[in-house]
Amino acid sequence: MRNDHADERPAEPPHLPRLLDAGDGGLVVELGSDISEATNRQVIALGDALGRLALPGIIEIVPTYRSLLILFDPLALPRATLRDEVHLLWPPRVADSARHGHWRVPVLYGGEHGVDLEGVARSHELATDEVVALHSGAEYRVYMIGFAPGFAYLGGLPEAIHTSRRTDPRLKTPPRSISIGGQQTAISPPLEIPSGWHLLGQTPVRSYDPRRAEKPFLFAAGDVIRFMPITPGDYCDMCAAAEAGAEVALWEPA
Amino acid sequence: MVGHLLIERPGLFSSLQDFGRFGYQHFGISASGAMDTVAMQAANALVGNAPGTAVIEMTMLGLAATVKAERCRLALAGADMPLAINGHPVESWRAHELKDGDRFEIGGAKSGMRGYLAIAGGLDVVPTLGSLSTHSRSGIGGLEGRALRPGDRLSLVDEPAGPLLALPREYRPSSAGPIRVVLGPQDDYFTPAGIATFLASDYRVTDKTDRMGTQLDGPTIEHAGGFNIVSDGIMNGSIQVPGNGRPLVLLADRQTTGGYPKIATVIGPDLFRLGQRRPGDLIRFRQVTAEEAEAAAHAHRAMIAAMLEAMSDAGSPAGEVSTERLLAHNLVSGVCSAFEEVLEQP
Repeated sequence: MRNDHADERPAEPPHLPRLLDAGDGGLVVELGSDISEATNRQVIALGDALGRLALPGIIEIVPTYRSLLILFDPLALPRATLRDEVHLLWPPRVADSARHGHWRVPVLYGGEHGVDLEGVARSHELATDEVVALHSGAEYRVYMIGFAPGFAYLGGLPEAIHTSRRTDPRLKTPPRSISIGGQQTAISPPLEIPSGWHLLGQTPVRSYDPRRAEKPFLFAAGDVIRFMPITPGDYCDMCAAAEAGAEVALWEPA
Repeated sequence: MVGHLLIERPGLFSSLQDFGRFGYQHFGISASGAMDTVAMQAANALVGNAPGTAVIEMTMLGLAATVKAERCRLALAGADMPLAINGHPVESWRAHELKDGDRFEIGGAKSGMRGYLAIAGGLDVVPTLGSLSTHSRSGIGGLEGRALRPGDRLSLVDEPAGPLLALPREYRPSSAGPIRVVLGPQDDYFTPAGIATFLASDYRVTDKTDRMGTQLDGPTIEHAGGFNIVSDGIMNGSIQVPGNGRPLVLLADRQTTGGYPKIATVIGPDLFRLGQRRPGDLIRFRQVTAEEAEAAAHAHRAMIAAMLEAMSDAGSPAGEVSTERLLAHNLVSGVCSAFEEVLEQP
């Protein structure tokens, strides 16, 4: 009951991605089944290449860890044509996606801003400032944006602080939380969202802000992020600046 | 003078919706949009609006409002909700013209789940990311990203013009019949027996049903292995089966990514019918191929075109105009088959 049409195309070399049907208006291009940076790079490069084609009838391209979901209008773009276009673009040139940039994201760790920091430190028999040093010392890759507006899933969390998700998810977590779950860390948008991840801190950065008409979303899949610990005083100043519309994340084009 | 509608009683969950917000799902934004886009298009056409003009979507219980404008033309379509103007019952699926101070009231749905109220000229509300659709979970769109409240004022845009239109009964869409699905994208996470169960069983809509999705109750679907995948994209109509083996259909306000395997996807042409199923209703799924789904999308477009064409001047003698139109449209091959094809199923 596999749904990859491999049987219809016996000559397909095995390295081609699986194309999976999703209703009348969806096509999933599956490049792998695991979380891997190499796969994610290909996903993003393929999405970028497809986006540049600007095929009439494509409604959305949603890159995730390991696959692309292409939403299209079957009245404007026949499925067979879309499948052919994807095959023609394969393999995508990963270097073409170098437009993705680097961000420095300020974080106020611990206390009321990161209520799980102490628990996480205890569970790994570390001091809280060791957890902060590990978390802010690593470089992260944005694997995808999903779940909520501007919620960034980041890979690259040091193994020493991998922490399984909470057994009791919270129905509401503070806006702009920096959290960890399993092998990942994340940046929450300025919204109270449900989450089973551990809250380490809070950032003044608004990863989503509809008032920024030109750029409502800061981060994109493929971006690189480093965290920068800040003091409560900096946090207050930066929150006020961000509230007034200023950009408080530092952008370093790649 | 262009004025406003004063909402007195908002109903259970009434929100502004249009076709939805596209192009932002890769930033975590759900498309949202009307749950029954056919009824939305019908309501809009009845008052002379473009098909995707924002309407008020009401769930189970309608709203009550007073017109604070010289004139206001409106039409109600979708679920069978009683409409009364100044206390007098009037018909749905046709346009009505109200004047300053008139009060209208929309009651609870006798059948169906969602009613659509279109106002001629649309509403003077600023779109968010290109759409007026409300996504209440992320506080986006509509009025401050939320459902309507008592006291809300909805500013009107335009004076109505043109004939008052009505839609003959035989062209009103039905939400009956099975829901067509294409298997996948993760049907290989289920045993053949599990897929057979999914396609052969009746599933009951539980009270865990809203704009985000519908949790169904019925025979347990057997997974082949695990039931966790590395999260990937979710679309309108994705059917996830979590560890409890019961299908969860994700709808307009769905989260954009998810980690349960998706056994099948509801085809676009049948989503409007899901939007009218209410807790307690039974759902039967029927498998079609991706090619059949594509053909169904073409038939769906023809069905909507026929529905819009069939609208006639409500002021004319009832039988005359609609019979003439009906005859004309029945001669067009394929136009009416969109419904028949669905209704003939077991």
